[in-house]
Amino acid sequence: MSKHTLSVLVENTPGVLARITALFSRRGFNIDSLAVGVTEHPDISRITIVVSVEDFPLEQVTKQLNKLVNVLKIVELEPTQAVQRELVLVKVRSDNETRSQIVEIVQLFRAKTVDVSPEAVTIEATGSGDKLSAMLRMLEPYGIKELVQSGTIAIGRGARSITDRSLRALDRSA
Amino acid sequence: MTEQATGAHPQPRPRSGGQSAPEHVTGAQSLIRSLEEVGADTVFGIPGGTILPAYDPLMDSTKVRHVLVRHEQGAGHAATGYAQATGKVGVCMATSGPGATNLVTPIADANLDSVPLVAITGQVVSSAIGTDAFQEADIVGITMPITKHSFLVTKAEDIPRVIAQAFHIASTGRPGPVLVDIPKDILQKKTTFSWPPVMDLPGYRPVTKPHAKQIREAAKLISAAKRPVLYVGGGVLKAKATAELKVLAELTGAPVTTTLMALGAFPDSHPLHVGMPGMHGAVTAVTALQKADLIVALGARFDDRVTGKLDSFAPYAKIVHADIDPAEIGKNRAADVPIVGDAREVIADLVQAVQKEHDEGNKGDYTAWWKDLSRWRDTYPLGYDQPEDGSLSPQQVIERIGQLAPEGTIFAAGVGQHQMWAAHFVQYDKPATWLNSGGAGTMGYAVPAAMGAQAGRPDRTVWAIDGDGCFQMTNQELTTCALNNIPIKVAVINNGALGMVRQWQTLFYNQRYSNTVLHSGPDDVNPDARGTRVPDFVKLSEAMGCYAIRCEDPADLDKVIEEANSINDRPVVVDFIVHEDAMVWPMVAAGTSNDEIMAARDVRPDFGDNEDD
Repeated sequence: MSKHTLSVLVENTPGVLARITALFSRRGFNIDSLAVGVTEHPDISRITIVVSVEDFPLEQVTKQLNKLVNVLKIVELEPTQAVQRELVLVKVRSDNETRSQIVEIVQLFRAKTVDVSPEAVTIEATGSGDKLSAMLRMLEPYGIKELVQSGTIAIGRGARSITDRSLRALDRSA
Repeated sequence: MTEQATGAHPQPRPRSGGQSAPEHVTGAQSLIRSLEEVGADTVFGIPGGTILPAYDPLMDSTKVRHVLVRHEQGAGHAATGYAQATGKVGVCMATSGPGATNLVTPIADANLDSVPLVAITGQVVSSAIGTDAFQEADIVGITMPITKHSFLVTKAEDIPRVIAQAFHIASTGRPGPVLVDIPKDILQKKTTFSWPPVMDLPGYRPVTKPHAKQIREAAKLISAAKRPVLYVGGGVLKAKATAELKVLAELTGAPVTTTLMALGAFPDSHPLHVGMPGMHGAVTAVTALQKADLIVALGARFDDRVTGKLDSFAPYAKIVHADIDPAEIGKNRAADVPIVGDAREVIADLVQAVQKEHDEGNKGDYTAWWKDLSRWRDTYPLGYDQPEDGSLSPQQVIERIGQLAPEGTIFAAGVGQHQMWAAHFVQYDKPATWLNSGGAGTMGYAVPAAMGAQAGRPDRTVWAIDGDGCFQMTNQELTTCALNNIPIKVAVINNGALGMVRQWQTLFYNQRYSNTVLHSGPDDVNPDARGTRVPDFVKLSEAMGCYAIRCEDPADLDKVIEEANSINDRPVVVDFIVHEDAMVWPMVAAGTSNDEIMAARDVRPDFGDNEDD
């Protein structure tokens, strides 16, 4: 089993996310993380899906995804050829004694303190999954009161864009 | 747009001279006008609360015939039968909630058999969606995994575009069912109608033109092979590629096996035809695939009913796999040469490439292969024994119906033993003469599918070959047939049991017949009840306006069939009381290798000297 990051460009229409997630569950694949958002073109949304599968069923699920009428394009982003980021917001127990230690950890990981109260600090951090888990391990001893994490988003390195051709297809049909 | 226009199937009818001037209409009128424009001449359905607005303009349409069915499942299968018999898109219509959910089975059926179907459902008014309103069901959500695509119409002005797109998606690429769900208020709204609409499908671009390099590769393998088989599936019928297939087969001289979905794609009577493959396939066809060194799969999908235990299927064969759906290639069996394309274009290109190989002196020599094939064909032909008690043999009934049927007769089967016998003992030489539920195995398919086929092809004789179990699921549509001048003929192969399940109980459950006997009472209370009279199918059919006959004596068989063939002014039902212990052979038991095929009970074919190659 290995992790794969798929960037799926879809038409921004109702129900498209349901079609994609239903396809994954019907064919027996677990989604590790999923993030949806708009792109530079308002009619196109981009879904980043991280799945743990063997290479062969990944090909099958990619082909099945391609058959969905609202799916414009699927690109697998290789970890070495792409920038991958997650966002985490974490509320850590703190008092006058521990606050400065926590802030030091925040600085080490180039994270940000976004809220402070007498009993807690809230930290915002972005980065790869590895970096974020390392930071969370460091924060754990102080007591994590609440944690929220986004799905991975990813973009290929270099000048090439995966949306170019899909946008052209959309323009042509408009 | 240009990419979508390359489909092999008819497009929504384009109009010369651009778009028509906008007319002021209601959403409902826009729907009916759109159906007229895409060429939908027949719609099967039942009105109800939310679809009601659409039925008002439908009453005035001179181009769209509506057939009022008795159950929405009947509408769905009728649309499927219509589509399979005519090659056009089948259309069914139902109201929201239970009307729509009754379409679920036929939609799933059409999805697994890749039948072009458009299902139009009413939906509760937009403001009530999601409130559990009366007769509300999320039919788009329910059918999402069993449709090729679906639409929930949110604006009345979208109706022409959505209908055009639905027909386009249903009929192009790998065909399939498309659902269009329209809320009642959208049908009632004032809007404008003009045709043709501009289609907007940037993510839908089926590949139809095969790759030249792959075609050359395939032709080389065909020429180099010693034991090739052309494994032909339903895609060849859908692509209307039967003429091209015949040329390819005769050019190569390779044996042809046609799957359950492809019967009629290649003439059964042709000397190169070796029968149907699979669980109940001909010994020659099953064995040919097992011993082959090359399988050329054309519009077929290596279904589990064909391959048996997958890891022991065709162990010596290289695979050329051509299909219009890229997701089928390599799904079950890895392909050595994958070809994505429309079967008609693939086969036409293969013919040229193989001819070129021949011109260069590379013609495959299959003489030794045909010696084996002919020996198996002579030793293990399809056959059956006559019952010793003098009762009717179900296989003989079906065989005689086939032999006495007028030229061009269309056969529709239910699911079970009678379906397999109808596949074996009727000779199919023409495309679109055999309709059945192959992928889903939907009992009750035959009567409504035959109705749809007859409505689409009033010039042909249509015989439904049904079982007594299947018949009791959907026979209500005989009323529809009787009232709408749809004179189908139905042969009920009545063995008083759920025969195929009973056969498995005979073979694998020590003859313990749990819940497969359809008669009314337990044997020890009513020992004489053979169960073949409750219900009395003759009386039942007569009550529904059909001409009905019962046949129990083999001596009457031909006379009864000829009588049925002579009546064309109303539906005919023949209740054939047949021997209950007849079984379907050959058979590969579920989960075992195709090498374990049994030609008949306790008869394992002997392949002699070929065993160790």
